[in-house]
Amino acid sequence: MNFQIATLLGQDGLTNGAIYALLALSILLVFTVTRILLIPLGEFVTFGALTMAAMQMGKTPKLEWLLLGLVLIDCALDIYQQIKRHIDRNKMKMVALKLGYAVIIIALLNNLSLSEIPMIAQIALTLCLIVPIGPIIYRLFFQPLADAPALVLLIVSIALHVTMVGVGLLLFGPEGARTQPFSDTGFRLGAVLLKSQTLWVILVSIFLIVALFIAFERTLYGKALRATAVNRMGARLQGISPIFAGKATFALAAFIGSASGILIAPITTLYYDSGFIISLKGFVGAIIGGLVSYPIAAIGAVAVGMIEAFSMFWASNYKEIIVFTLIIPFLIWRSMNSHNVEDDE
Amino acid sequence: MTQATEKNLLDISDLHVAYGKVEALTGIDLTLKEGNLVTVIGPNGAGKTTLLSAIMGILPSKGTIHFNGQDFICPNVETLVGHGLGLVPEKRELFSTMSVQDNLLLGAFQRYRRGDKSYDQTLNEIYKLFPRLWERRQQQAGTLSGGERQMLAIGRAMMSKPKLLMLDEPSLGLAPLITREIFRIFADLRSQGVSILLVEQNARAALKVADYAYVLEGGQIAMQGPAAELANDPKVIEAYLGLASKHQELLSS
Repeated sequence: MNFQIATLLGQDGLTNGAIYALLALSILLVFTVTRILLIPLGEFVTFGALTMAAMQMGKTPKLEWLLLGLVLIDCALDIYQQIKRHIDRNKMKMVALKLGYAVIIIALLNNLSLSEIPMIAQIALTLCLIVPIGPIIYRLFFQPLADAPALVLLIVSIALHVTMVGVGLLLFGPEGARTQPFSDTGFRLGAVLLKSQTLWVILVSIFLIVALFIAFERTLYGKALRATAVNRMGARLQGISPIFAGKATFALAAFIGSASGILIAPITTLYYDSGFIISLKGFVGAIIGGLVSYPIAAIGAVAVGMIEAFSMFWASNYKEIIVFTLIIPFLIWRSMNSHNVEDDE
Repeated sequence: MTQATEKNLLDISDLHVAYGKVEALTGIDLTLKEGNLVTVIGPNGAGKTTLLSAIMGILPSKGTIHFNGQDFICPNVETLVGHGLGLVPEKRELFSTMSVQDNLLLGAFQRYRRGDKSYDQTLNEIYKLFPRLWERRQQQAGTLSGGERQMLAIGRAMMSKPKLLMLDEPSLGLAPLITREIFRIFADLRSQGVSILLVEQNARAALKVADYAYVLEGGQIAMQGPAAELANDPKVIEAYLGLASKHQELLSS
C-alpha cells in the first residue's frame, strides 16, 4: 500500500463513516426517546436514493402511492376515533390538511417534468415525499404499543423492516440505481483527486450533526424531546406529549435516512434491499456508543467506515465479517463496565 | 369575599377509581374555589395520591371532573396541563440528567408552544422565591439534595403558571426546617392568588395554611369543613394530630 491508495481508502472510509454516523445518531435518537430500535431506518435510505433515481430517469416515483395509502389509513383512523368519542374541529382540520398535503405532493410529482427540474427541487420533492411517512409509521404501528416492553417494539420493528423491503421491491423493482453527482468538479489535494460528491457527503453530514446538536442542546423543542427520554411521566406533566415526541423523532429519522440515501446514491449503486446493511453499520456505531452517548456513537460510526474501507483492501471478502465482529469486543467491554442504575427518584 | 373567589375552579363529582377490581376511590365529591388552598389529609393508603393522579388524568377514572369552566371525562394529562392544571407528584419526576435551569424552562413548554414569551419573567420570580435554585442553576437536577429537588419540582410546576397547583406530599422526606420553609411558600403563593390543592401527611401544618380541608379514609371522604374548624375537631385531633403535637405546630408557624 502506498500513500495514494491509503488516502483513497481514507476518503472512501470517511464518506461512508459520515453516513454511518448520521444513521447511528438517528438510531440513538429514536431509541432514547421511544425505546424503539429503528431497524427500518435503512429502508428510508434506499427509498430516498431510489426515488431520486426514478425522478432523474423521468419516471414518477411509485412511492407516492405508499404515501397516499398511509395518509388515507391514518386519516380514516383519526375520523373513526373522533366518531367514537366526540368530533373536534381542530383535529378535523388536521385531517383535511394531511389529505391536502398528500394530494399536492402527488399533483406536483405527476405534473412536473421531473428529470428537467433542478436537482435541488428533486431533492426537496424526494424529502417532502418520504419524511411524512416516518411519523405516520409511528402513529400506525408504534403509538398503540407505547407502553409495550422493548422486546415487543423490537419485533414490530423487524416486521416493519421486512414489510418495507417487500414494498421497496414492489415499488422500485429489483434493478439497482445510481444518481448523478451533485456537481461534476473534482478537487486536487496534493497527489490525490477528491471526488466532489465525497466533499458533499462530508460537509452535509457535518452540517446535519452540528444542526442536530444545536437543536437538542439549545432549543426548547429539542430539550423537550430529550426530557421525554429522561423521564416520560415528568415530561407528560409539563404537557410534552410522548406521542408528539415519537412522531417528531420518527420524522427526523425519516429525514436523516432519506437524506443519507440521496447523498450516497451518486457513489454506490443501491438496490431495494441495500438499506439494511448500511443502517446495520450505523447500528454498530450506536452500539459502540452504548446506545446512550451521541459523540462516541458518531466517532464509532466513522471508525466503522474506516475499518470497512481498509479491510476492503486487505481482505475484501471478509469486510462485512470484520466490521460486524467489531461489535463483540465492544459489547464485552460495555457489559464489564455497565452497572444497572435504579433511578427511582 | 370578592366575586372571583366565589367561583368554583375545580368541581369533582362522584369520582371512582379502580386498580383492576379493587376500588381505590368510591364516589369522591370535592370542590375548590378560585384562590383557595384546599388540603386533603388522611392516613396511608387512603387514596390521596390516587385522587390527584385521577384528577390529573394519569389514572383512568369514572365520574366528572369540572375544571375552569369545562367538563373533562377521563382526559389525558397533556390536555389538562394545557388548560392550566399543574401537579407536583410525590416522586417529583425531575429530569435528573438535565440542568436545573433546563428543568425549569421545560416547565414552561406549553407556554412556549403557545407563543407566550413572558416565561423569562416567571423564571426570575422563581429564582427570587428559591435563591438556592439560582445558585445551582447549571447543576444537574440529579445532584440536588432532597429539599432542593422539592423546590425544583414546585418551581417547575409554577413555570407553567397553572391556575391550580396540586401538590402531593411536598414535605415527604424533608427536614422540619425545610418543611416549614416550603409551607411558608404555599402561604405566599396563596396570597398571590394561586389556587392550591395540597395532599399531606403532615396534617397539622396542612390545616394551618389551608382554607378548607377534606379527610380521606378508605377511599371515601370521611369529614370535611373549614380547615380551622377541622383542626379543632376532637375526632381529627385524636386520629391525626395527637395531643402532644406542639412540635408540629412549630413547623407551620
